[in-house]
Amino acid sequence: MASTMLSLVSAALPLQENHKGKMNLGSSDRSSFLRKEKRNPFMKTKSFGRINMAIAVNTSRFEGVTMAPPDPILGVSEAFRADNSEMKLNLGVGAYRTEELQPYVLNVVKKAENLMLERGENKEYLPIEGLAAFNKVTAELLFGAGNPVIEQQRVATVQGLSGTGSLRLAAALIERYFPGAKVLISSPTWGNHKNIFNDARVPWSEYRYYDPKTVGLDFDGMISDIKAAPEGSFVLLHGCAHNPTGIDPTPEQWEKIADVIQEKNHIPFFDVAYQGFASGSLDADASSVRLFAARGMELLVAQSYSKNLGLYAERIGAINVVCSSADAAARVKSQLKRIARPMYSNPPIHGARIVANVVGDPALFNEWKEEMELMAGRIKNVRQKLFDSLSAKDKCGKDWSFILKQIGMFSFTGLSKVQSENMTNKWHVYMTKDGRISLAGLSLAKCEYLADAIIDSFHCVS
Amino acid sequence: MYQQFSSPADRRLSALARHLEGSSPSSAMDPNHTISASATSGSDFGGSVFAHVVQAPEDPILGVTVAYNKDPSPVKLNLGVGAYRTEEGKPLVLNVVRRAEQLLVNDRSRVKEYLPIVGLAEFNKLSAKLMFGADSPAILEKRVTTVQCLSGTGSLRVGAEFLARHHHQRTIYIPQPTWGNHGKIFTLAGLSVKTYRYYDPATRGLNFQGLLEDLSLAPSGAIVLLHACAHNPTGVDPTLQQWEQIRQLIRLKGLLPFFDSAYQGFASGSLDADAQSVRMFVADGGESLAAQSYAKNMGLYGERVGALSIVCKTADVASRVESQVKLVIRPMFSNPPIHGASIVAIILKNRDMYNEWTVELKAMADRIISMRQQLFDALRARGTPGDWNHILKQIGMFTFTGLNTAQVAFMTKEYHVYMTSDGRISMAGLSSKTVPHLADAIHAAVTRAI
Repeated sequence: MASTMLSLVSAALPLQENHKGKMNLGSSDRSSFLRKEKRNPFMKTKSFGRINMAIAVNTSRFEGVTMAPPDPILGVSEAFRADNSEMKLNLGVGAYRTEELQPYVLNVVKKAENLMLERGENKEYLPIEGLAAFNKVTAELLFGAGNPVIEQQRVATVQGLSGTGSLRLAAALIERYFPGAKVLISSPTWGNHKNIFNDARVPWSEYRYYDPKTVGLDFDGMISDIKAAPEGSFVLLHGCAHNPTGIDPTPEQWEKIADVIQEKNHIPFFDVAYQGFASGSLDADASSVRLFAARGMELLVAQSYSKNLGLYAERIGAINVVCSSADAAARVKSQLKRIARPMYSNPPIHGARIVANVVGDPALFNEWKEEMELMAGRIKNVRQKLFDSLSAKDKCGKDWSFILKQIGMFSFTGLSKVQSENMTNKWHVYMTKDGRISLAGLSLAKCEYLADAIIDSFHCVS
Repeated sequence: MYQQFSSPADRRLSALARHLEGSSPSSAMDPNHTISASATSGSDFGGSVFAHVVQAPEDPILGVTVAYNKDPSPVKLNLGVGAYRTEEGKPLVLNVVRRAEQLLVNDRSRVKEYLPIVGLAEFNKLSAKLMFGADSPAILEKRVTTVQCLSGTGSLRVGAEFLARHHHQRTIYIPQPTWGNHGKIFTLAGLSVKTYRYYDPATRGLNFQGLLEDLSLAPSGAIVLLHACAHNPTGVDPTLQQWEQIRQLIRLKGLLPFFDSAYQGFASGSLDADAQSVRMFVADGGESLAAQSYAKNMGLYGERVGALSIVCKTADVASRVESQVKLVIRPMFSNPPIHGASIVAIILKNRDMYNEWTVELKAMADRIISMRQQLFDALRARGTPGDWNHILKQIGMFTFTGLNTAQVAFMTKEYHVYMTSDGRISMAGLSSKTVPHLADAIHAAVTRAI
């Protein structure tokens, strides 16, 4: 990268700028450098105004930096905002919308924030591991309050920056303490998973998951790939409401997955971003994690409150590491802290307090459960309406029942990249290029329009 | 810390060996251990896959508060972490912050949707203006990219990760001494860390010659960490004349300045004065980075509000740089937390609230300056040996007392005074009531027979 240097006073200075190698001082003698500095009138300070000397570089040192592509998921919302069409529909990012397609702040969240303001709590630094009250309730929510792993203090829980931040802490732990160990991720999976492991320098490979032929789970492929992986690999599992497919294993399938993981001494690593959002029941949605914990397995679980408490922008989540002893849990927690400190020192308090208040107060907790059922219920209704619309409008007799079988915020439509682009370019329907649509962004009123768009893209674009 | 194992089985065998040697409490031998060992159990020896993970020591700075909390003594004094305390020894939430929060909570139109990856746009703009001055040519020319990050730490980490990926010189020079977390942040980001001389224990002031010498030997393009004001831990800042010489040297050598600005407004009481050093490096048309924190000057510690600014040669470069910074952020935390940034934005953009803030900020800075005077007077009154003028000369939240680790340990043990082992005390944690106790402790530490 050649750069030409222009120094306004280069002719007068005894020192030459050189980007390619070490500075040639003319002398390695420090005191002689200083003597030169005193002699040279240009090195004296004249003013602090607009300085017009000693600028040695004319081009940017970042000239070679290329423009990065927009994020495939978050970039969809950016594109949506730029679209002026009245018909536009944002089915990109998984953020819940009401039937009026408005963002939704839960009532319990508003109540909690009001309580917090009334109490006038301070804004002191949290400990590196986060708010103790939050860590307690989040582990209880996940495993169940009386669960042996909690009673025996075998869970290391550290507050993290929502799901992403919690996954990143875990990835850094894996990189440091399990060097060379691989993480197996589902094909497909949330787009940011591989970025997280790449940046944390943790190798990963994929296990088969989605079967386009059945628009369901390729269970045999999944088991086979998990079995084939080197012993002691980490297996990344979506606790419920798989993102992007919406296809979850059945309870029987979860048992078999646990079997093969134990067989191979693999370590299960759950990403739980939708507890309560999938079925509407917090306990039911945690059953996969609890199944593994009940077997006495050690496991990692990343949690997020972005969706189920609507706390997207507050960045609140946790990483939980279930260990075989309280001593191991204490040690693991201390090492997670060591990773967090040089990343952000300690996590943000606001979201943590909201969760602690909602989950920790029986009245607010019950109210939350009701609101959650409403949100999950709306999505189920939308699924039904979309299915009905597609079935009614589609003259080719395609089986659209996968929309009803899939669970959670997303539906994996099976649309190809080109077809997804048609959805956007022709119909102003914004979605990710892997064919994923967020039903949370769909209203009953828009189902017919969406059905038209999907049918058109499927049958008329290849 | 850990060994390279060729297989998980090796790892477990080694763990078991440690258990059998009794070097650590063994979960394998624990009769209360309740792993249900099935034929297919992954924990073959009833051990843990985490058996090789050792207990990490407490963070040296934040660990001081941990130790303080454990101490039952009624006279204990926490002068560890730099968090402001009132005269009553209580944490302070600024009135203007409370007002801003009330506005936020009452605003029914507010939602909690994900911020963009780079954070709250309004916050970013206002932060850049605060740092560089509203009329800064770099801002007017759109040459600055500012992204919201997790307070100072997060801004430094994101900036360092970006540099490690995109800057041709991956060495950063940090002052000796510096904030304890700096080295780890940069190392984990992928930079190689070297030091430049800064503090002179003999004068308890700046080793300016040493600083110039060391920076003059830095390879071209190396990054230089500079504390914008109120150097942590020493409280020793260059004069403006010295800053100008540093600037000239850095530009001549083609070094890249990276400012850590955690105390703007807190050092002198004036936001503009405390930004002079940073602005000098923008006025000359050159490139620089600045990490900004609102933890102290707005008392928003736990909200984790800060910003990273990268001043580039051209608007085009700034825009490309921003796109790459987003790639660092997305796999780290996706997008930043909204609450603290919203508070800052309200205060900065509202004339009355901004003014109110400057008044509250100056009051905090003034109280610290008065603590300095009181401590100095108390030591003089006790006839404590030594020259304590540095307490008055040093700037900002901290005093680098010059006490050694043995003296510090003594003060903690006998007087329940908590501070970092480098002799740094947080003046923000002192009050008129507690100054006598601290003076007694220092006096005893300095005069005791070893």
